[in-house]
Amino acid sequence: MRLFATPGEWSFRLHAPVPPAVISIEGLSKTYASGFQALKDINLSIRRGEIFALLGPNGAGKTTLISIVCGIVNPSVGSVAVDGHDIRGEYRAARSKIGLVPQELTTDAFESVWNTVSFSRGLFGKRPNSAHIERVLKDLSLYEKKNDKIMTLSGGMKRRVMIAKALSHEPEILFLDEPSAGVDVSLRKDMWQLVRELRDSGVTIILTTHYIEEAEEMADRVGVMSKGELILVEDKTALMRKLGKKQLTLELSAPLAVVPASVGGYDIALANEGRELVYTYDTQAERTGITTLLEELKRAGVSFKDLRTTQSSLEDIFVDLTSR
Amino acid sequence: MMNLQAVRAIYLFEMSRTRRTLLQSIVSPVISTSLYFVVFGAAIGSRITQIEGISYGAFIVPGLIMLTLLQQSVTNASFGIYFPRFVGTIYEILSAPISFLEIVTGYVGAAASKSIIVGLIILATAFFFVPLRIDHPVWMIAFLVLTAVTFCLFGFIIGIWADGFEKLQVIPLLVITPLTFLGGSFYSINLLPPFWQKVALINPVVYLISGFRWSFYGISDVDVGVSLAMTCVFLLICLAIVGWIFKTGYRLRN
Repeated sequence: MRLFATPGEWSFRLHAPVPPAVISIEGLSKTYASGFQALKDINLSIRRGEIFALLGPNGAGKTTLISIVCGIVNPSVGSVAVDGHDIRGEYRAARSKIGLVPQELTTDAFESVWNTVSFSRGLFGKRPNSAHIERVLKDLSLYEKKNDKIMTLSGGMKRRVMIAKALSHEPEILFLDEPSAGVDVSLRKDMWQLVRELRDSGVTIILTTHYIEEAEEMADRVGVMSKGELILVEDKTALMRKLGKKQLTLELSAPLAVVPASVGGYDIALANEGRELVYTYDTQAERTGITTLLEELKRAGVSFKDLRTTQSSLEDIFVDLTSR
Repeated sequence: MMNLQAVRAIYLFEMSRTRRTLLQSIVSPVISTSLYFVVFGAAIGSRITQIEGISYGAFIVPGLIMLTLLQQSVTNASFGIYFPRFVGTIYEILSAPISFLEIVTGYVGAAASKSIIVGLIILATAFFFVPLRIDHPVWMIAFLVLTAVTFCLFGFIIGIWADGFEKLQVIPLLVITPLTFLGGSFYSINLLPPFWQKVALINPVVYLISGFRWSFYGISDVDVGVSLAMTCVFLLICLAIVGWIFKTGYRLRN
């Protein structure tokens, strides 16, 4: 164990302090009336201004967690503070800072886009502000549809309306629950851009997603939930560095029955009925060992006709973590 | 400090729904009530000359207004809160910085406004059919508002309790309508045999109709003070249940 940081590390720590928590969750548990325990002792801090991605399979507890923070579901045990305000004792101050885009496309089908977005602003205690509503609708390419009934809009447009509603009261924290569900690639890219712009303007973003590429593309930090537990919270790049594996696959000229004894010391295995040799190595190690391995194989008379490398994605890491 | 903007937003949003469904909201109850006047006032009323010195057609006006007011109040308020629960937009109400009092004020205020408007339109319609007089106009408005608010609260509770459209309909159809018909809408309970008069006094709607009719003609089945007290008791019971719902999150936050 090192007692002192290197000068470079000190410099990093001095110039890039960890931002203060804008959401603090302590010892949070939720058991529904049916007896189902949706959350188990969750402890989590969301930093101001970050994009935090919450990953997990269906039923992991992501939506329950978001719902509790937003005031939709009562917690069984534990506390949540939003910008220092307890969500139960100071619910007005806490909730006024939050905007929520739920997973389901729940809209007032018969209302116009303008009216429903204005309604959302009013609910949060804000005076009518046509200029702001107009800006939000224009940012989301909805302004042309402002007088249209929501029922006449496409799924993607409805998703934009949900986002416009959440942004109508100028929130400091935005929850996006599965924002890309049922959205085409073009709109997804637009949304990613919007989320980045919001983050750049100081809004903290918490998103849940099944699209790992979404988290990989945007998140600063990643939390993984499984069976009601938060099993990991990590900086995204650090997580990929820490858990990401790289593999070198050699397509052999002739199949092998066993791995040659001379390369037995490597993390190597036969695959594809002996037609491939797969070497797994640490991307962070100073030496990957590839050069020596290839020399050893040549000496052992093993030749190959092709090779390829693959690196584990966030999705692989996620599947690996949640399947444990 | 109250979130008055939120109350205003809910109220206006609900009232705009009423404007969208004007035919169903306003015209339909007026036509139904006019039919009651034709059937009960003209057809049956021609055989019943007077009740306690009042022509039968005029006698049933307060009862008819009350009948529609109760039905409209319960239906408007229950649907008003059930619809966002059904389609899922309730998430927005629950996640907004609003107290239960503000939510109830918005929804019940809008539902009660609509019921009162319908009640007043029926009253205006009645002037075309029968000679009417209103001895205590202030008390008439007071009973109208108090009853509308009370039964809108009751409807709000039904809207929270119901987990399907059937349950939403069952109370107005199987409880409110029979109680109103048996509560003296079309007759004075003094016309009943003594035993059934006592039974009728269990019916809370008797007190509402009796008090309301007193504000028109100065006649009542029960003392007007008792009518007022009973209405207030029902109002307080409904308020207590609504308070409990929001405190516990019953059917909302669980």
